[in-house]
Amino acid sequence: MNYREAITTIMELLKGQLVVCANGLISREAFTIRDRTENFYMIGSMGLASSIGLGVALSKPSRKVIILDGDGNLLMNLGSLPMTGSLQPKNLLHIVLDNEVYASTGNQPTISNVIELEDIAKSAKYAYIKKVTADDELRREVAHILENDGPSFLLVKISDKEEQKEIGRVTHCPGEIKERFMSAIDNGRNM
Amino acid sequence: MLKSEDFAQELINSGYDFFTGVPCTIIGNLITTLTERPDITYIPAVREDAAVGVASGAFMAGKIPVVLMQNSGLGQCLNALTSLSLIYKLPCLLIVTWRGFGNKDAPEHLVMGRICEKLLDTVGIPHHTFNPDNIKVLINMSYKLITEKNEPLALFLKEGIID
Repeated sequence: MNYREAITTIMELLKGQLVVCANGLISREAFTIRDRTENFYMIGSMGLASSIGLGVALSKPSRKVIILDGDGNLLMNLGSLPMTGSLQPKNLLHIVLDNEVYASTGNQPTISNVIELEDIAKSAKYAYIKKVTADDELRREVAHILENDGPSFLLVKISDKEEQKEIGRVTHCPGEIKERFMSAIDNGRNM
Repeated sequence: MLKSEDFAQELINSGYDFFTGVPCTIIGNLITTLTERPDITYIPAVREDAAVGVASGAFMAGKIPVVLMQNSGLGQCLNALTSLSLIYKLPCLLIVTWRGFGNKDAPEHLVMGRICEKLLDTVGIPHHTFNPDNIKVLINMSYKLITEKNEPLALFLKEGIID
């Protein structure tokens, strides 16, 4: 499974849930695969998708908030895991696409090939933790966490490191990304 | 010297309804007060950039946030301010304790104590400094400014202004 396939599977299963996408290829792929007003594309501030998602989840407990994170992003802001665990927001779903490299800058290694990120989530007291490697498992687990209380942590191991074809950048300007995400929060049904 | 309870009440009266940050001794009592109040949320952050991130998420979900920190934390959250708060126009009030003011403090505070105003000038974040007589005015003005301009604003707090 490459990360494009993983993001495609995740996006297929979403209805009106809010998604905070980490910067780099994750935002760009999510935008390319399924642009939706409920997606917040973080284009800078690497590491902070999990913190932004936490702020949304705490302030809007009636909405499910998905953080679409990467291993490099998570390792940069590892303190967000215990912050989330200490607060136990039931509506927060943390999905980490772990390809063990900084793919956006040319596949330089992170350290998640030797550090088990799901063990850190366990220590940080996430309520539900799973690691998946295959598309059918991913499909099953995303459906499960969308239906159940969190905070959930889903580590998606991306094994396919083949070079990705050229991918576009998010064409909305930051102001637009914010405005439509805020409208989606205001207008959304509870889910 | 204003009581921290009264300072907190001024913030709440102005309309601020979400609080996060990292402690400094100057705001120790203020954070205790905010933590103990049942009517508001104070989220203890592990770092100042995480606090800015949480505050930004809270703003998008309808809150008007305050981030409390020591001026050393400005260095820690500079990228969050430049590549999140400023480009997306995500406002928050930064209450920043001014350690190292007048070159009188522990050595680790002296450099930031000298440059913290210039740092914010360089970044383009407006700032003011509390004195015993302008607390209410600055807090009220800050709420108006950040919600109109959708940008962060910093209020520096020196030792001896609140208890």
